Amino acid sequence: MSLLEVKDLRTSFFTDAGEVKAVNGISFFLDHGKVLGIVGESGSGKSVTAYSIMQILAGTGKIVGGSIKFDGKELVGASEKEMKAIRGNRISIIFQDPMTSLNPTYTIGSQLIEAIVLHTDRNKKQAYDRAVEMLKLVNVNEPEKRMKQYPFEFSGGMRQRVMIAMALACEPDILIADEPTTALDVTIQAQILELMSSLQKKLGMAIIMITHDLGVVAQMCDEVIVMYAGSICEQGTADEIFYNPKHEYTKGLMRSIPTTATAGKKLQPIAGTPIDLLNMPKGCPFAPRCDAAMKICINQCAYPLDINENHRAACWMNVKDGIADGTIATGEEEEQ
Amino acid sequence: MSEEKNTPLVEVSHLKEYFDINVGLFRTKPLKAVDDVSFSIKKGETLGLVGESGCGKTTVGRTILHLYKPTAGKIVYDGREIVSKDDIAMLHTKAAMVFQDPYSSLNPRMTVSDIIGEPLDVHGMCKTKEERRDRILELMSHVGLNSEHASRYAHEFSGGQRQRIGIARSLAVNPEFIVCDEPVSALDVSIQAQVINMFDELQDKLGLTYLFIAHDLLVVRHISDRIAVMYLGKMVELAEANEIYDHPLHPYSKALMSAVPLPDPQVARANQRIPLTGDIPSPLNAPSGCPFRTRCPYATEACAESMPEFKEVSSGHFVACHRTEEIN
Repeated sequence: MSLLEVKDLRTSFFTDAGEVKAVNGISFFLDHGKVLGIVGESGSGKSVTAYSIMQILAGTGKIVGGSIKFDGKELVGASEKEMKAIRGNRISIIFQDPMTSLNPTYTIGSQLIEAIVLHTDRNKKQAYDRAVEMLKLVNVNEPEKRMKQYPFEFSGGMRQRVMIAMALACEPDILIADEPTTALDVTIQAQILELMSSLQKKLGMAIIMITHDLGVVAQMCDEVIVMYAGSICEQGTADEIFYNPKHEYTKGLMRSIPTTATAGKKLQPIAGTPIDLLNMPKGCPFAPRCDAAMKICINQCAYPLDINENHRAACWMNVKDGIADGTIATGEEEEQ
Repeated sequence: MSEEKNTPLVEVSHLKEYFDINVGLFRTKPLKAVDDVSFSIKKGETLGLVGESGCGKTTVGRTILHLYKPTAGKIVYDGREIVSKDDIAMLHTKAAMVFQDPYSSLNPRMTVSDIIGEPLDVHGMCKTKEERRDRILELMSHVGLNSEHASRYAHEFSGGQRQRIGIARSLAVNPEFIVCDEPVSALDVSIQAQVINMFDELQDKLGLTYLFIAHDLLVVRHISDRIAVMYLGKMVELAEANEIYDHPLHPYSKALMSAVPLPDPQVARANQRIPLTGDIPSPLNAPSGCPFRTRCPYATEACAESMPEFKEVSSGHFVACHRTEEIN
């Protein structure tokens, strides 16, 4: 049994303009001690997936279907009390902007202690010791002095370290990192990623890394999920996704990043503009921007097809290729 | 063409830009955002300017265009030193700027044609209404917008399209030189590539010169002919794009280049990063001597005493480090 099993998860936001299907039937699982990357562009549903797992959706958002099983326990429909026991305790989250995640009017120490007292049965004195220990763990110098300081006295990288310390204080099984380094500079980003890797090895938790930066994914992740318009295009091991992409969107993404090889040449962007989630097309959501789109793509979503045991993609091109080389038999059973 | 490429369009020498920051009720302290920076940009080239937040790269771009009055130093545009109001007015018809955030840099109450038409009106570039309309449509077609978009408002567009509107606006004055301040950072990867290609095409078509300010090193390398690296208000290295990428000489550039997350798992796993400890010091309390010495693995006492000279170590490769020969 996997640590986290998500099946056909659907999350919608009910706005005045209509229902926005931010997450539209996604399934994946996460094992102990693995790093899973979720990549996608703005509005692809990657953050909403994380917020659905934590059940911290904004007021208009609601999980409308599917299941999230954590350690064998169903989270969809769980009471607020049950979620409180899991949130911050067994599944923790850190956000993109460490400044808005910390309260500017309390010291770093009191915020760390509050989190520890809330989630464990330590008293204040023990929580203080634990907080200092956690700050040491994330390489904050002079932790006793830093405990008395306010968030504005910390740099962006330092604040993110404090957030990581807070998230890991209760030794969670899963750490969800929502764009943890997007607001940071490159050299500071390298420090934070390095820290997350070493803590992951030391403490053995699983990480869900949500990012739009394929470089961060390549560096950190064992497995990767590529999302577009609320659906999973492709999922598999990092090597499979990067070296053997099997969805036209992933291929387009890989082509559009500047690398050493593209200097002085034209990039190959994906044409068109991002999708409007209020006006979703009938077929594959990527079809309107896809160069290889066929008639079936416009009318019907592709079902996820196993490319091999480590790789699955939802693209009609694979079905076409499979039929062409005889690995897929044509017939009724192909129609889902 | 090659001869023309070697004449400098913009020459900046010993540029300083200090801001007064209140540190007490009546006391101020200078924040040295740009401190003694010299470089030149050749006609038709793209100079990339990289560095971390607070290093002064945006201030350099804005000061060149006299959006800030330089504290000291000289800016020469196309052989003419920019000093008087007339010089500045001339500069503003030859040079333009593209901003980072396509959401806040467009007025939500103006239609696309008003936004693009505003610089035309300010500089009195169109005599008749028809001329103005034709010019706006021409600018819109340069950046790949349809004529039917002209009467719409900015909020009706996606981020990438808004950035196109901003670029059309800066092209309105027929500039030779454009300062692009993080023009693609707010865009998604797939859209980013479209806009980068557009910058390339416009350069070919209109013979533009760019100062391309960004923190994404992969993007900068792709678009730039030469790259300058800044740290805490100083320029620490300047060289050809490939040269600085493959053979960075300054310890900060080395660390910066090695910190870029590469979109290739096997390369990324094998990549030996040069770890930098500590944070960037506040520009209000910049270290004495070389600003990088507090994080530099090679720093010696000499580095604390004096700022190393920004000198040419090989053809076209400038670096400011006391120990360039020893550590390379």
